[in-house]
Amino acid sequence: MLKIDNLQAKIGEKQILRGINLEVKAGEVHAIMGPNGSGKSTLASVLAGREDYEVTGGSVDFNGTDLLELAAEERAAEGIFLAFQYPVEIPGVSTTNFLKTAVNEIRKYRGEEPMDAVQFLKMFKQKMAYVNIDQSLLNRALNEGFSGGEKKKNEIFQMAVLEPKLAILDETDSGLDIDALRIVAEGVNKLKSPDNAVIVVTHYQRLLDYIVPDFVHVLYKGRIVKSGTKELALELEERGYDWIKAEVDAEELGETIA
Amino acid sequence: MDNKNSLKAQLISDFQTIEGRMNGAAKSAVHQVRQEALKTFETLGFPTIKHEEWKYSNVKNLVNQAFEFNAASDFSAQDVADSSIPNLEGNILYFVNGVYNAALSSIVSPASELQILTFSDAIKQEPALVEKYFNQYTDSQNNAFTALNTAFAHNGIFVHVPANTVVTQPVILRFIADARKVNVASQPRNLIVVGKRSEVQIAEAYRSLGENASFTNAVTEFFVEEEANVHYYKVQNESDKAYHIGTTSVLQAGKSVFTANTVTANGGFVRNNLNIKIDGEYAEANMFGLYIPNKKQHIDNHTAVDHAKPNSESNELYKGILKDNAVGVFNGKIFVREDAQKTNAFQSCKNVLMSENASMNTKPQLEIWADDVKCSHGTTTGQLNEDALFYMQARGISKDSARALLMLAFAQEVIDKMKIPAIKEYLQELIVDKIYQG
Repeated sequence: MLKIDNLQAKIGEKQILRGINLEVKAGEVHAIMGPNGSGKSTLASVLAGREDYEVTGGSVDFNGTDLLELAAEERAAEGIFLAFQYPVEIPGVSTTNFLKTAVNEIRKYRGEEPMDAVQFLKMFKQKMAYVNIDQSLLNRALNEGFSGGEKKKNEIFQMAVLEPKLAILDETDSGLDIDALRIVAEGVNKLKSPDNAVIVVTHYQRLLDYIVPDFVHVLYKGRIVKSGTKELALELEERGYDWIKAEVDAEELGETIA
Repeated sequence: MDNKNSLKAQLISDFQTIEGRMNGAAKSAVHQVRQEALKTFETLGFPTIKHEEWKYSNVKNLVNQAFEFNAASDFSAQDVADSSIPNLEGNILYFVNGVYNAALSSIVSPASELQILTFSDAIKQEPALVEKYFNQYTDSQNNAFTALNTAFAHNGIFVHVPANTVVTQPVILRFIADARKVNVASQPRNLIVVGKRSEVQIAEAYRSLGENASFTNAVTEFFVEEEANVHYYKVQNESDKAYHIGTTSVLQAGKSVFTANTVTANGGFVRNNLNIKIDGEYAEANMFGLYIPNKKQHIDNHTAVDHAKPNSESNELYKGILKDNAVGVFNGKIFVREDAQKTNAFQSCKNVLMSENASMNTKPQLEIWADDVKCSHGTTTGQLNEDALFYMQARGISKDSARALLMLAFAQEVIDKMKIPAIKEYLQELIVDKIYQG
């Protein structure tokens, strides 16, 4: 589904991604972990099409499409979904209105007929159950004055509505208490199917207790320096990141000397 | 330099011609006021950008043009249909190039609720009322345009709501500048007196037709008696060649509420002055505004609220979306006099620049002489939130749609203040069109 080959990106003059290689197949859950500043969120943003980052090399193939050629909204229409670490507050636009616009623009991109009000109502009702979200929250201005938990629930609700092929959850666990974390994770699990895939970007292991990954990758200094299964996440939880940092830094030092 | 003040010379000569035809009426009290105002206009002359109040708004192009005042028009019922505000019900009064058109107008409120007369009829039929209120609280001493309007006060409306009356149907004044044949000009003068404990909704809706220039110099005076409640709308949808200078002066008595909604959907050069004096305790003044200039349009809102008595409140919110090469001006004055303790005065002006070439000039002015008051003011001018745009794009919404959605959301806060559904819908549509343009 997704094939990232030697992806490099910078913001301003700062090189952040230094050659990412990653393949995600349908039905898989990948966790991307790593210390702060390793480039996790940058990877998520670059995949979603944020223009602040300049891709300086490499390629990203998404179901046969060159993802890097597409604008952010086209990537969304192709089936990429980024759940934001910090969902943006948008005064004056309700979640329902926002999603109606999004759904119909995506349908237009795909050459489908727009949905009408009745169809939306039915669909929203069904999706609301996934994350146990309240109608009153959806009528309010998008994310405005929402608690941290409400914002993240709202992200997962949007994901349920847009039915992406590939969902990228960027630090979805940050700022969540254990109950909210469970609800959000349950929502994600309900949406999982053999046809879609999930990339979970997280600093901590605890989210992975609920969303169990097939693969775990450790990002450090803009590269995936270690990959493994869910046991790797547990090891990181126990030992922290320092041992990986030390390994990589020693290797780099060796390369420099050689 | 002969044409430098061509409009001024034309107007002074017009005044003399009109006066020559007046016979006995030239001695009336109203005409004494007009004569005084003409003198003031002659002395002041049209303002230049050296004048502090006109620093950002240059009327040079306006005063160097020739206009036909109160020009004849073949504005027809078909034109009314083409330019109507859909689903609008109420007392709808048409003025075409300044002149009242009875055939196109309809008054539906019973006479017991509402007295509506043309301004010139009111001078004859209600001389005592007109003399009591006319030009009692305007800036005609120091604003050349108000002085000019006062000197020519003849066309326009007189509305009198007696005490203890709730007027259920709004009063809609439709000012049409028909510039399909020549450059046209008009100077409506409206006098509105709302009695104690009465309520009324009044809208001025400006519209221009045709490719020629139009000039409207409007003055509306409101006298809001104790405990009265007035909702006022000024709705501008004129052409890119329309010049509009307007002053609304409001005198509020105790416990009254006055709410002004000033929305400029389109216009070439617009200057709106809104002057409110709160001359009683426990009164409330609300001033809301929205302007969306594009191309080379120039929209200037000057507001002033004068808190003369204690325990009153004013709330002000103006918002602007400026596109292309548009220029916006906001000047908001708040005076709190020494006696006006316990005043609450809030002012906010927020603007979004949609282009590098658009500009906004904001100037809050606070003069506070009382010590126990709550005043706040804030102006912001910036671009649309990039994070919000990306967030929307990441959900599949194109950048253009995302921009439009954010602009609409920004404007909505002011639109939502409107109470007349038909006007709200009409403006919403105009604003959506304007936002999606270019």
